[in-house]
Amino acid sequence: MNFFSAVGEDISNFFTEFGNDFYLNFIKNARWQYLVNGLGVTLKVTLFAVIIGIVLGFLVAIIRSTHDKAGTMTPFLKFVLNVLNFLCNVYLTVIRGTPVLVQLLIIYFVIFASVRIDKSFVAIIAFGVNSGAYVAEIVRGGIMSIDQGQFEAGRSLGFNFAQTMWYIIIPQTFKNVLPALGNEFIVLLKETSVAGYIALEDLTKGGDIIRSQTFSALLPLLAVAAIYLLMVVLLSNLLKILERRLRSSEK
Amino acid sequence: MKNSNPEKPFNPETDPLISVKDLQKNFKGLHALNGVSLDIYKGDVVFVVGPSGSGKSTFLRCLNRLEEPSGGEIFFEGVEITDRAVDINKHRQKMGMVFQQFNLFPHMTVLKNMTQAPIKLQHISKAEAEAEARKLLDRVGLLDRENAYPNQLSGGQKQRIAIVRALCMKPDVMLFDEPTSALDPEMVGEVLQVMRGLAEEKMTMVVVTHEMAFAREVASKIVFMADGQILETGTPDEFFNHPKTERLKQFLDKVL
Ligand SMILES: Nc1ncnc2c1ncn2[C@@H]1O[C@H](COP(=O)(O)OP(=O)(O)OP(=O)(O)O)[C@@H](O)[C@H]1O
Ligand SMILES: [Mg+2]
Repeated sequence: MNFFSAVGEDISNFFTEFGNDFYLNFIKNARWQYLVNGLGVTLKVTLFAVIIGIVLGFLVAIIRSTHDKAGTMTPFLKFVLNVLNFLCNVYLTVIRGTPVLVQLLIIYFVIFASVRIDKSFVAIIAFGVNSGAYVAEIVRGGIMSIDQGQFEAGRSLGFNFAQTMWYIIIPQTFKNVLPALGNEFIVLLKETSVAGYIALEDLTKGGDIIRSQTFSALLPLLAVAAIYLLMVVLLSNLLKILERRLRSSEK
Repeated sequence: MKNSNPEKPFNPETDPLISVKDLQKNFKGLHALNGVSLDIYKGDVVFVVGPSGSGKSTFLRCLNRLEEPSGGEIFFEGVEITDRAVDINKHRQKMGMVFQQFNLFPHMTVLKNMTQAPIKLQHISKAEAEAEARKLLDRVGLLDRENAYPNQLSGGQKQRIAIVRALCMKPDVMLFDEPTSALDPEMVGEVLQVMRGLAEEKMTMVVVTHEMAFAREVASKIVFMADGQILETGTPDEFFNHPKTERLKQFLDKVL
């Protein structure tokens, strides 16, 4: 047999096989919808978890750095602050000391056990609360890295503690921690892939469902991986542009 | 709120604008201020000088309670601001402060640096605050820089902006902590020029500085501090030409 025709046959076989596989995994029975719907769920969970994470993270960071900076205040305020700081420390220790998957399972099977509730809502809460702990430490580092003189300048103009934080410290902190925050959200996007453990049909679960129906693993999982990769690359670039924008605004 | 003299309301023409009584400040066992008493009247230009570590900055920063006094009393416009119940933020609005390191807000333009506090704290309209800010910018020759960010300015420009930022609040007293110490020598003059202008307009000022020639020229009163105490108070003439204490004589020998 001619060598070239053998290779040609192999190649054409490959393409026929690939075509068949592709058809089976994505086109037949509109299986691509598992991926598209899953992607939607993944994006929704990530987006809302990010929002919860930012709000929670900033809140915890502000409480903790207020506690650390604590100037003079009434004994009552001091007591309240101490209690809040203690709660924040418990939160940070527990969340950062246990795997996110365990947290997700506990929230779903224990905390929300007796209520029928939207699974994506549970995932949003779990990943948001988890992310908040990491964001909090990033933001606290950011607040601490702002020059004390900024704080004093704000206070000397007559701004109270909260106003100084809001108008002067937080905007600068936000700019400083943006790269680290962005990174955290890219991590979060990927971490949500364990949401399938509570039978939430996210992107990963979508690919897995296809796999279990077609008994072919390669294409569905490759597709899932490619979509994650694409999103991460896209997000990273978006972040870079945003950073450059922020930096150029004061050049 | 306690008044220095409850029977009589504060009279800015005859009562001291700031009255410091036996002020103490400890930093974990270190006595930075050891019973400082001083009256500052409206229109006074008080220069605080003394060797490094004598407590000058600490004293100045206690005046608006950036540093919390450990003991003693400070009255500002008749109100005891060392009273914990007092809303210190209200009084700080009337006490402008200028720092050695400028401390402009790097994320805001010059104009925003200047107008943020008046708009948010004194509820002045944006247009009004900006008009006022431009007037002040014009006075210090920086009207063309209103849209610049602080890192686009030279040190001297930054400090001039820091001064007018404080002035935007229409303070009754201005506190300066070594306003020219972080500047390149060729930029010192432009900042001193602005301060000279303020003194001529009878702005009440408390200035911590090492610029002795400037103190001699502008001060109405010079305070000499050492070891957390005021050792001498006098006019520039008394201070430079007739020092009473040995410590001041030594100090003048060193710095002149
Ligand atoms: N936050 C602080 N914590 C501990 N000690 C302090 C603090 N601030 C000042 N001190 C100490 O208090 C003393 C007085 O300091 P202060 O800064 O008031 O001196 P100064 O007269 O302004 O000196 P300089 O001319 O060097 O600025 C010094 O011994 C200083 O080390
Ligand atoms: Mg000092």
